[in-house]
Amino acid sequence: MNNPASLTLQNVERPKRPSAISNALVFGWRAVLKFKHVPEQLFDLIMTPLMFTLLFTFIFGGALAGSVGDYLQFFLPGILVQTVTFNAVYSGMGLSTDLSKGLFDRFRSLPIWPLAPFAGLMVGDVLRHLIAGLIILGVGLILGYRPEEGILGVVGAFLLLFAIGFGFGWIFLVLGLLIRTPMTVMTIGFTFIFPIVFASNIMVDPSTMPGWLQAFVEVNPISLMTTALRGLMNGGITLEQIGLALIAPVVLTVVLAPTTLWLYMRR
Amino acid sequence: MNEASPVETTKPRTQTPLAITARGLVKTFGETRAVDGIDLDVPRGMIFAILGPNGAGKTTLMRMLATLSAPDAGTATVVGHDLVKEPHEVRSAIAMTGQFASLDEDLTGRENLILLARLWGFRGRQAKSRADALLSAFSLSDAAAKQVKDYSGGMRRRLDIAASLIVTPGVLFLDEPTTGLDPKARQDVWRMIRQLAGSGVTILLTTQYLEEADQLAARIAVIDKGRKIAEGTSRELKAATGSGFLHIALDDAARMEEAAQLLERRLDATAQTSVEGAELSVPVTTASAANEAIAALIAAGIDVSTFSMGQPSLDEVFFALTGQVTDAEDEKEAVS
Repeated sequence: MNNPASLTLQNVERPKRPSAISNALVFGWRAVLKFKHVPEQLFDLIMTPLMFTLLFTFIFGGALAGSVGDYLQFFLPGILVQTVTFNAVYSGMGLSTDLSKGLFDRFRSLPIWPLAPFAGLMVGDVLRHLIAGLIILGVGLILGYRPEEGILGVVGAFLLLFAIGFGFGWIFLVLGLLIRTPMTVMTIGFTFIFPIVFASNIMVDPSTMPGWLQAFVEVNPISLMTTALRGLMNGGITLEQIGLALIAPVVLTVVLAPTTLWLYMRR
Repeated sequence: MNEASPVETTKPRTQTPLAITARGLVKTFGETRAVDGIDLDVPRGMIFAILGPNGAGKTTLMRMLATLSAPDAGTATVVGHDLVKEPHEVRSAIAMTGQFASLDEDLTGRENLILLARLWGFRGRQAKSRADALLSAFSLSDAAAKQVKDYSGGMRRRLDIAASLIVTPGVLFLDEPTTGLDPKARQDVWRMIRQLAGSGVTILLTTQYLEEADQLAARIAVIDKGRKIAEGTSRELKAATGSGFLHIALDDAARMEEAAQLLERRLDATAQTSVEGAELSVPVTTASAANEAIAALIAAGIDVSTFSMGQPSLDEVFFALTGQVTDAEDEKEAVS
């Protein structure tokens, strides 16, 4: 007779306690495995920004900026910001799914660094941002977009994108912890994101908008991020622009990271 | 297979050090006192069952003991560590298999185990060999490379228990380990639990199957509405209800009520009608008393189709303790 107990339970002592970073990397590995097993998720990530890029460039581009080429030059850095903010919703959905399936109960009953699962989600986010960002950039290059600041500008832009994604990610982690159903997380997430993405300078120059809206667009963190990204990729970046773009991610992290931990430990 | 009845092995073990002690544990959710002042003493190396119907507070109690939820009042130690003050030490010594398979459905069975082995601190090849050893021990090697979402209920459960054994735990918590399993898978899980206990692991399990507690556990705590209403060995619980039961089925079911009254008068005890309403159960002290009672029924012109004497079932125990029929009845039928 096969005898599980005698086979598996011989002196299985716990190895040396792993470091917090090692714990976090294991969860990062999980995020990578998810890409391997659920490649469909990339489709969700890329279709929306791709549609936006093609629609806005070819349909509105000429009308908005005089020519398709000029508009693409204006629009592409903005669509990258939009892609990253949309992507952040997915990690909240993923968290909500994990929580609803009891997976996090196991993680929470393990002697590990409590924030490690979240660090893993963040690794997944960075991968998502990188993959989606590169595909959008690739399509842009094919359509004629030219980053005037070259490779260095693009690398800088992607680093800023990761910071933006990291900051926005906390909003959806908190939502994921508060809301049991992944679909509701997505609905609430997009309800919140659509207005701030559209009432920004991503698609159009705000100078034709009514005054009150212009006032909002100017202080909208999405606009500040888009301005910085344009500067990094197209030229003319200033330190002040980078600083303004980073305000929202920093504030979100400072406020929401402890909230996330508190909600997680309290459950 | 040696499936010794647990009743034979349940001598009180007062000398053994305790794996779990709890005093006055309370957990409230809004107005509801889900756990309302529970004391527990679980000796090391024992299978201890928490038995109760749905919503009795079993899962809430177990989640508190596994550090997943903080008690609102009371104290508890698990393997000598205080639940609230030393949660990390407690977590190092326990493993919990929740009611719903706590596995990543997108990953393969092997990846799930490797993930957990790495979190426990096994590195590279060690983690893989630990995962493979567990997969083979739980007869899952063939499914190692399949995504967990394609597993059957029984396979999931086995993987879930394997995932709790990456490092041999001092205490293993099993929340309703066989709920929703078919009879074959249920037997497999029972066998595993017995073997684990045989190797010295303390097991605290919750169940709503009276039969399961009877089959597996050396001690049983009966929980209802957040309170412990009885505790003891299966035999002690049965003894508390009465030394034995006379079960009677009638030819004419319409005369059940009449028969019940007659039996109650003769035996000076309360008769219960089974859930299906086909059988009467009355506590009796001796076989001759039972004999006389049956004779009295026949003398009164009530024909008895079958009768038997036996120890009370845990269903009857639960009824005697709470005055209500358990929800487990129909589910038991579904799996038996």
